[in-house]
Amino acid sequence: MSELAHALPALLVAVPILLAAVPIALGLRYRRTGWSVAAVTTTALFAATVYLASVVYETGRVVHVLGGWDEIQGIGIELVADEFSVLIALLVTATAAAVLLYTRAGGPRGNTFYGGYLLLVGGLLGLSLTGDVFNMFVFLEIVGLATYAMIASGDGPESAVAALKYLILGTLGASLYLIGVGFLFMATGALNMEVLGEAIPEVAAAGGGDLTLLHAAFAFIFIGFAIKVAQWPLHTWQPDAYQHAPDGVTALIAALVSTVSAYALGRLMYDVFGPEFLLATPYATEVVVVVGSVSVLAGSTLAVIQQDIKRMFAYSSVAQFGLIVAAYGLVTQTAFVGAIVHLIGHGLIKAGLFLVVAVVALGYGARTVDEYAGLASRRPVAAGSMAVLLITLIGIPPSVGFIGKWYIAVGAIEAEAWLVAAVIFLSTMLTLAYAARILEKMYFTPPTPVESPHPPGVATDGGVRRGRPDLVTAEMLALIVFVAITAVVLGFAGDVFFELLEPFTDEVFN
Amino acid sequence: MIEGAIDVLATRYAYALMFVLMGIGMYMMIASQNLVKKLIGVNLFQTAIFLFFVAVAFVEGGKAPVVPAEADPGELAMASPLPHVIVLTAIVVGIALTAVGLALIIRIYAEYGTLREDTLREVRADE
Repeated sequence: MSELAHALPALLVAVPILLAAVPIALGLRYRRTGWSVAAVTTTALFAATVYLASVVYETGRVVHVLGGWDEIQGIGIELVADEFSVLIALLVTATAAAVLLYTRAGGPRGNTFYGGYLLLVGGLLGLSLTGDVFNMFVFLEIVGLATYAMIASGDGPESAVAALKYLILGTLGASLYLIGVGFLFMATGALNMEVLGEAIPEVAAAGGGDLTLLHAAFAFIFIGFAIKVAQWPLHTWQPDAYQHAPDGVTALIAALVSTVSAYALGRLMYDVFGPEFLLATPYATEVVVVVGSVSVLAGSTLAVIQQDIKRMFAYSSVAQFGLIVAAYGLVTQTAFVGAIVHLIGHGLIKAGLFLVVAVVALGYGARTVDEYAGLASRRPVAAGSMAVLLITLIGIPPSVGFIGKWYIAVGAIEAEAWLVAAVIFLSTMLTLAYAARILEKMYFTPPTPVESPHPPGVATDGGVRRGRPDLVTAEMLALIVFVAITAVVLGFAGDVFFELLEPFTDEVFN
Repeated sequence: MIEGAIDVLATRYAYALMFVLMGIGMYMMIASQNLVKKLIGVNLFQTAIFLFFVAVAFVEGGKAPVVPAEADPGELAMASPLPHVIVLTAIVVGIALTAVGLALIIRIYAEYGTLREDTLREVRADE
């Protein structure tokens, strides 16, 4: 293994966090350098992640022990790039680089914003690559802090209120996770994930008070992540945060923040606690499945009744993450791979959908379902991409949304969890219900002359309500078309995902 | 039964205290209408967790985890240093969080002219 590949996990985390200060420092002298710095950094990060992924799939996992603390296992902090984590790292860097294309012309601008952007990317990469449960808490908080700041960078005062709500709930979630880490440490004396993965079966076999500590640890960790991943009824921060964040930020946050948290939950459940512990603990898998299933139904139902498009997609995220959490609770290999495929597919689809929403709002001023009437004739490219992405979100084959759901459904049948299979079917119907509302408005409702209740220029929120078509650039349209095509093409890649994840799942399940 | 409970409380009073403190913090987060007090509640909640970690590290008869240069490691009884280091990191994270929270509260106050959640809800409903 080359020296570079060995250093890459640490560089991927350190470089964006260090460079986050550069736009602000340069901003003292030059006014508009933020975007260039962020673009160069994220592109380089994407290239580096591709290289790291190729090394991982060729020679196995890459472990970087920080500060040379490798003699005493379990005390030094490790960064681990394995088959599972590089997939998420690829999603993070690719999305971060792609969303920048939108923000160049679509805003928000300013050097400090791009500082926050790089900090968020660094935190997300750290969260995906960390091999230490306490370090995971630190990265969870870095991601949180950057996200609160990014949401608050919206124009209206509403975004500050949404950010504060998220701050209080997000901190609560991370703190509950920290209590869980404390219990894990009490029971096993280790914080390293690999060491924990070996120690937990022993503690569980010995039973007694330490087993109770493990149960408590699992409960706190799961509830903490249920807030971060936005499971009903702990999802209340998410619709406000997504709706009031600036459009470009919503695309990034919706695609990545909860996705990486859900990845972290999956890693803790399968790599740290392990399937045996989950199956042996009374009601653990049942609770996980029920929380996920209820989120699917509640999130979809709430999405159906929304008028604001961004809010609708936010509730749709609650439902889709519910599906992933329910799949985690099934504890079969097929369902687990399904959850990962759905995680990546959903991240991609939501990034695309929110980018389309941003483009439409920028060029057309439409933000609610009714305002989307006749969009297809006026903005054919945006409407077409939106339609394709909605179809992949419903899960009509061939699309990445379909194969994720398909594997989860097959896993549910393997585990004989008929309830989950029924929930998947119901969720598809409900997704169709809210997707069809938008499709119908876009394609089959004649475009009413935009009778804005207020004449242009005196919009209630002080901003320019009517869109400005000249702001929509060709690269934005190319970007959304590209995301839509990728979401469809990945639908043929089900076997590829299975093969890529095989080394990891084999180790976990056998 | 009661004796057992008293026994547990007498030996593990630190943990009981931490969880009471945590409960107070969470109650403040939920019940207080003042945004600044809510943030103080978050702080209290986090501080209780830090104290919980410190209590975990306690070793009967142990000293502070500072090793003298010429000491014989086998003879030392010390509190576990790892949770202390963890708490130090977590405190820094908590400070950053409080700073961001206060900045947001200042922004909300500048826009709406109130720090109370119920008033804020009314003001936002009017718009």
